[in-house]
Amino acid sequence: MKNRRLAAGIVLAAAGVFLLVAPWGLKPYGIFILSMWAVMTIAAIGLNLTLGYAGQISLAQAAFVGIGAYITAWLTTRGWPFWPTYIFGGVSCFAVGWVLGYPALRVQHHYLAFVTLAFNTLVFLIFRNEEWLTGGIYGISNVPRPGVLGLSLNSPLAFYYFCLAHLALVSAATWWLIRSPWGRAFVALRENPIRALSLGVDTRRYTLVAFALGAGLGGISGAIYAPLVQFVDPTPFALGLSLNLLLMVVLGGSGYFFGPFLGAIVAVLLPEWLRFTQGYYLMGYAVLVILLMAFSPTGLLGLADRLTRPARRRTAGAAGVAPAAAAEGEGVR
Amino acid sequence: MRRSIFAVALAALALAAGTAGAADVKMAYVGEISGSIAVSGGNFRDGVILAVEEINARGGILKEKIALTLYDTQTNPGVARSQMQKAIDGDPYVILGPIFSGNVKVTLQMVQQAEIPDFIGGEAAELTTLGSAYLFRTSFGQQIGMPKIANYIRDELKAKTVALIWVNNDFGKGGRDKLMKELAARNIKLVADVSTESGQVDFAADVVKLKAANADAVFVYSNEEECARIMREARKQGLKGPFVGDTTLLSQKTIELAAEAANGVVGHVGLTADAPIPAVTEFAQRFQKRFNYKPDHNGIKGYTAVYAVKYVTEKKIGKFDRKALAKIMHGLTITPQEEPGILMETTWDNVGEIDRISFLAEVVNGKQNISKVLPKLGK
Amino acid sequence: MADILQLLVAGLATGGIYALVAVGFTLLWQTSQTINFAQGEFVMLPAFFVLIAMGYFGLPFWPAVAVGGAVSVVVLGLLFKKWMVDPMIRHGVLPLVIATIGLAILMKEMVREFYGADAWPFPALAATTDVAVLGAVFSVQSLIILAISLAVVAALQFFLNGTRTGRCMQATAQNPTVARLLGIRVDRMILYTFLINGALVWVASLLITPIYLAKFTNGEWLGLYAFIAAIIGGFNQVRGAIVGGLLLGVVDNFAAAYISSQYRTAIPLMILIVVILFRPQGLLGRVEERTV
Repeated sequence: MKNRRLAAGIVLAAAGVFLLVAPWGLKPYGIFILSMWAVMTIAAIGLNLTLGYAGQISLAQAAFVGIGAYITAWLTTRGWPFWPTYIFGGVSCFAVGWVLGYPALRVQHHYLAFVTLAFNTLVFLIFRNEEWLTGGIYGISNVPRPGVLGLSLNSPLAFYYFCLAHLALVSAATWWLIRSPWGRAFVALRENPIRALSLGVDTRRYTLVAFALGAGLGGISGAIYAPLVQFVDPTPFALGLSLNLLLMVVLGGSGYFFGPFLGAIVAVLLPEWLRFTQGYYLMGYAVLVILLMAFSPTGLLGLADRLTRPARRRTAGAAGVAPAAAAEGEGVR
Repeated sequence: MRRSIFAVALAALALAAGTAGAADVKMAYVGEISGSIAVSGGNFRDGVILAVEEINARGGILKEKIALTLYDTQTNPGVARSQMQKAIDGDPYVILGPIFSGNVKVTLQMVQQAEIPDFIGGEAAELTTLGSAYLFRTSFGQQIGMPKIANYIRDELKAKTVALIWVNNDFGKGGRDKLMKELAARNIKLVADVSTESGQVDFAADVVKLKAANADAVFVYSNEEECARIMREARKQGLKGPFVGDTTLLSQKTIELAAEAANGVVGHVGLTADAPIPAVTEFAQRFQKRFNYKPDHNGIKGYTAVYAVKYVTEKKIGKFDRKALAKIMHGLTITPQEEPGILMETTWDNVGEIDRISFLAEVVNGKQNISKVLPKLGK
Repeated sequence: MADILQLLVAGLATGGIYALVAVGFTLLWQTSQTINFAQGEFVMLPAFFVLIAMGYFGLPFWPAVAVGGAVSVVVLGLLFKKWMVDPMIRHGVLPLVIATIGLAILMKEMVREFYGADAWPFPALAATTDVAVLGAVFSVQSLIILAISLAVVAALQFFLNGTRTGRCMQATAQNPTVARLLGIRVDRMILYTFLINGALVWVASLLITPIYLAKFTNGEWLGLYAFIAAIIGGFNQVRGAIVGGLLLGVVDNFAAAYISSQYRTAIPLMILIVVILFRPQGLLGRVEERTV
């Protein structure tokens, strides 16, 4: 046990060093993709909270990323400094998530998927049609990059470290949350809501909090997306991104802490790596997704887990999807 | 833990970026090979490829062969931005594309900072107002086309009211905004303003709205497929014309998809493979032979862009110098006598806006017939 | 008045197609808890099967249509079940949902890459003429689409209620365990629903592709509208899918004509949200005793 912990620690440290050092060997394009990976991972971590830990299927994450991005773009192009807009974006999304979740979480999983899907599309339509507010289809251009303590973050490398720092911050906060009583309540919700209820856990409240937190993290991701791409238009925040984020969480391993990181690598970096196959890369990606779901529905980390703990029973935290679905099947309402 | 090693290994693999170096002159095509504008992007790309092949067959530019790399924006601004970055990293001499106006916008700043001349296919009006010294159009911006067609509506059609149906993206909205201004300036009333979605298939409700407006003329401004569907639906419901459009409504693809529904449609075409100009007709034949389909205006755009680069580099500068290329392009006129590959006399102004003759056309029996040649605005 | 009639007929025609697609979707859900996110692409494909049969194998139209139907039933019905649904369904709903999202992408990209990115014309089942009734002009095509959709759905209803096999299928949908106890071959019943879905999407494809033109992106909105129709009508009743589809087609057309065209897609979505929040079983559905 101790050896595994040590091994895990070393590998994580190696990964950390890699992330810090890798950009030096990359061209601006590679650095940009890596920064995009960091931003998408933040959004995926949010969705992992909602889906992986609290068991709620949300297809609205892209809308929250969009709201965060538009708030930041709108305010910073009018002269506001970055930091207040970023906090404002996160808090607004948390609030919107709360308001949306309040009625929406009364319905069961597949229905929630459709409600969030509809919400996402409605938000996209508002982004696209309300030109007076969002610039409509023309979008908001020339979003400035923030400065930190007087240092400009305009260069790709500097901004990459900015994204990485945020990812580290968000990860640390989420780690603390998962290890706290809140986190345990979330897991209880996912595994067996009825038992959780019987133990006095206010399922309604905790589900709502998980959903709103996931939304808030989406907003923060958007707030960093805006200065990264420096142009905000409605197209990236349509349903496609929500599906992509869902893919990231499930592929990486829903309910695993590092699932979103891995999932974002597959969804952001892999298509770039496969681009040399010209038109075939999307097909290859789709086949990969299908195969992975067929052979390891608990995602890549679930697969790795199964490979490294063959004889043991899977722990509750690693069970991910299967027991939750089984519980659904037998569940008496 | 194995899972983290797994993660790191994947990341390392994913970051392996290959850089190829070649002694040839590099050009990058960053355009819409897939996604909703794939047809236009594909045409532009094939025009570029044809030009590159012809030039390389004769020895290249300044004795160096052109090495063309293709990048697919997927008609998605986020992807466009990253693909453009990748293209810029490859250090090309010039960039060709994007065609989708939204993608041009998102990549504009980047290209300007890299100081690489970019020959775009986008036609949205605002693109030349954003202050880039390295952006050059290959076809009219909407601010050139729309006044011409507004004149046509006022003088030839003698219409006092117009019903407008347009696609809700940069291209469609830009055109609609410009047209509204031009119509208002000529005291023509807009009695219906119907927006449609990109990729929309069902236009029954929209045509009903157009009918209710009872306008003297109906202006259709959308992408080729949607134009075809709109025309089919319009004929089905008996909507009375005349139907006016700009380029897309009368293009080859639209005519092919709409069949008889396209007959009788009139409009302004900036570029067309059916132009009564021998150089253009011969180009269309070569294109057809090489790619097995008839080119639309985007094919001409891509083709002429490469030849413009060749001409300026060889005859005006004498070496490969991006900054000089951009500077000389501003205010330059190229005639077919000087460079046959330019097909028609073309002038660029100091913001990269283009000026050429254009045509009024009508679709008769499934073919685009040029009825009038309109002179350049500048002369 | 003429306009309203025209919108109504056009809406019903489109709604008929939504109904066909929604019925297939609902059947799959009922019997095997398969949420098929690729249903829209399933409707996009059969047209291409027919085009390939005509183009590469030189078949005339009607034989090509028959070939297209056979291929649809086998590939989109049998193979889909055997290769995708069966291995994954025991893992729960979510992996299959993700896998069908992947399948949708795969199908779209395969058509785009191997057939082409353009739109192609597709022959109509009947002549594209118009008929004038009460001052309104209806296209014969719309009327035929509506007639065929309703006929197919009626036939399906008859099959499900009037034949033994159909009733066995219903029993499987309601309670597979008890059905098994009663000697019903549950797995075979489930296979039938997949085959029926393959046939339904084939018919839907033949009806819409002449209007929409054959293009690889056809499935995107169609799939979404099918889900909405199924949910609004009632996810656990075939009747519900029909009503949902027709209602959606009509509402969509009227909303586009009389309310904003920029927010046209918002109206069905808002109806969806309202139905899910206040009557999740749909307009005609029964309250679900078991969720999965």
